[in-house]
Amino acid sequence: MNAADKGMSLGLRALNRVAGIELLDRVGLRERAARALYSATKNGFKAAGATARTFSRQRKLDTPARQGRGTRAELFDLTPTDEQQMMREAIGNFAIEKLRPAALEADDAGAAPAELLAQANELGVTMLGVPGELDGAFEERSAVTSVLVAEQLARGDMGLALAVLAPGAVGTAIGLWGDAEQQGTYLPAFAGDEPPAAALALLEPRALFDPAKLQTKARAEGGGFVLQGLKSLVPRAADAELFVVAAELDDRGPALFIVEAKETGVSVAPEPAMGLRAAATGRLALDGVKLSAGALLGDADPATYAACTRLARLGWCALAVGTSQAVLDYVIPYVNERVAFGEPVSHRQAVAFDVANIAIELDGMRLATYRAASRADQGLDNAREVALARSLVTRYGMKIGSDGVQLLGGHGYIKEHPVERWYRDLRAAGLMEGGVLV
Amino acid sequence: MPINLEIPKKFKVLVGQANQVATEVLRPNSRKYDRAEHEYPKELDMLAALVDGMNEGSDLGGAGASGVRRSENGDGGNRNGSNMSTVLGVIEMCWGDVGLTLSMPRQGLGNSAIASVADDEQRERFEGKWAAMAITEPEAGSDTAAIRTTAVLDGDDYVLNGEKIYVTAGERADLVVVWASLDPSQGRAAIKSFVVERSNPGLILDRLEHKLGIRASDTAAFRLENCRVPKENLLGSPDIDMKKSFAGAMQTFDNTRPLVAGMAVGVARACIERTRELLADAGIEPDYDRPAHSQPAAAAELLELESEYEAAHLLTLQAAWMADNSKPNSLQASYAKAKAGRSCVDIALRCVALCGSAGYGEDELLEKWARDAKILDIFEGTQQIQLLIIARQLLGKTSSELR
Repeated sequence: MNAADKGMSLGLRALNRVAGIELLDRVGLRERAARALYSATKNGFKAAGATARTFSRQRKLDTPARQGRGTRAELFDLTPTDEQQMMREAIGNFAIEKLRPAALEADDAGAAPAELLAQANELGVTMLGVPGELDGAFEERSAVTSVLVAEQLARGDMGLALAVLAPGAVGTAIGLWGDAEQQGTYLPAFAGDEPPAAALALLEPRALFDPAKLQTKARAEGGGFVLQGLKSLVPRAADAELFVVAAELDDRGPALFIVEAKETGVSVAPEPAMGLRAAATGRLALDGVKLSAGALLGDADPATYAACTRLARLGWCALAVGTSQAVLDYVIPYVNERVAFGEPVSHRQAVAFDVANIAIELDGMRLATYRAASRADQGLDNAREVALARSLVTRYGMKIGSDGVQLLGGHGYIKEHPVERWYRDLRAAGLMEGGVLV
Repeated sequence: MPINLEIPKKFKVLVGQANQVATEVLRPNSRKYDRAEHEYPKELDMLAALVDGMNEGSDLGGAGASGVRRSENGDGGNRNGSNMSTVLGVIEMCWGDVGLTLSMPRQGLGNSAIASVADDEQRERFEGKWAAMAITEPEAGSDTAAIRTTAVLDGDDYVLNGEKIYVTAGERADLVVVWASLDPSQGRAAIKSFVVERSNPGLILDRLEHKLGIRASDTAAFRLENCRVPKENLLGSPDIDMKKSFAGAMQTFDNTRPLVAGMAVGVARACIERTRELLADAGIEPDYDRPAHSQPAAAAELLELESEYEAAHLLTLQAAWMADNSKPNSLQASYAKAKAGRSCVDIALRCVALCGSAGYGEDELLEKWARDAKILDIFEGTQQIQLLIIARQLLGKTSSELR
């Protein structure tokens, strides 16, 4: 290092120190700056549920209603049922015709158009997990159906798909684990004309988050519970009327609570991220939120909580499969039409093999996801299969997102093409917890 | 019926039997024939009789490459048939030992070709014989159009001349299915396969190769010198039809690629299972529910390897299921072969690393599996050839556009 370089380096270090520490301390600004930051963050939060309805018991059930369960299948089969096939086609068309054209603007606006969400609701996505007795449309509980729906929606756009699916996660959770009172209170709305915005909130804002080790705490008090904590990347947090929140319950381990947005101490703040922007992700703060005893979902059974985290991860697998399919479908015509050095770039193995590898890994991700979902439907343990599907999706979903941009080169990097959005969205699938539930 | 990716109950017995064979016969002989390359694994004779019995005892196909013939699907319902049962058997056997599985009498690739493309008369005539497959030449590997071995009709015989290498079990088999050209100027369409008796004086053994792995399986190099073969031994049609002929020859590969993928899946599972045990001894046990980042690196890596295996396994079953249901599966067969071939190598090599000196030393079989694994990403179409097949189909390109 010569003298000039050394001087430069020293100068930069000094600048850093002055700007970073000394200047603030010297003029007594440090405390004020910190306070301003705090207040900005705090002001970002506002009471949730401004437009939320009041939930009251709509239906009296003696016992919880449950959708029918699938039985053990005899044969290996990759053919969906007729009902699933119909659903898949209807949702697929909606995704390509409605979601895809709206995706760029929704990503930009950080919100999903209300009209689109209403159209999606008409397709029945919020009532996938609502039992027939409570006006749900599907007699049989099927994680496979939910996976197929999520996959198709994400072919259109992952952010919009998340916005569309978020309420259904709460509906399915209450359908699967709710008691008679909870179901009679909340589920009719999910099968009604105007299903509530709702969200399943598991994730917390820190590195190495583990859903088994929650910092959001619930303590039993006065015959009910008091919740304290912060949840992260909650879809549609600002307009949600209802949340299912994961919190560590005293010494009983992680548990799920039904939290109405109107409760005192519930506040939300925008938390925009790299992708999924159309889902208007936000933070959910629970500050001494008092809940009745009836808010505990699934009786804090560890098996219920484990099933919840697995089915949520599976939802993210399905979303990643759908968006990865969108990437494949998009790059094939592009590399065939894009000419360089006198012929389509797809005539080069370096390009063609990337396309082949997207297809191979996508199909592997898809089959692993279907297997995990099908095991859930058959009442088989699927901890292993969910973990493996998630591992594949984390690695290859991200790789496919990256390759999608790469194959378009500079064109892939600008918003004229959707691949840059898919790059941002696909990164989410391996790190999200909650938000969707199949 | 709903989507289901579990192994059907009706194959549980077959899988159990194959696993027993692998455990009781193949594994205990694995190291012995890895060291004694070119020595005939006589333990397999008795076993082959047993496998024949398994094949006859059921209509499920058996544990080896006994047949991947396509049958029309009568009632239009879902079928789990011989393609799936064969793949499941192969997975178990190769979980035991790939080299020994490849040396199983009467279970050669030639048998698969005969079962797939021979007419009824030929199938009957060659029944009970062990058939090897001779395609590769010193100057023609994946590029089968470059085959230079010729077949010239002379009276009632074809006269074959040329050189063949990489013939698995070529010395031990009763028959060798030889690919030769009726007219090298006409490219792929003129390539036909001929069944040659091993005892034919015109089929001359040059040497047996010394290999990186699968040493229990002999790999022969032959010369064909005025080798006369009765014309009834030509498999398929003798016509040079630009459209159909080569497709017919290649059909064997559409049907056998899932089998080779199954071999890779078997090896991969063996590696993962043993590594899991050795890691458990070292105090490492992966947790499926905890995020990978929150686990020890070795546990996270094992989870990752297992997910690679899962993808390869399911892609393989998908390809076999499609064949059983008469769905065109050329694309999915290549997905399976490409994914299983490369992930098997990756898994085996990383398992060796995870287990350290136990992985690398000869006390364990991990180092052997890592050597065996590499062939599975090469024969029956290399990784690169699979990618070409896949890319051409997806992109709608001919072999002259995407070379």
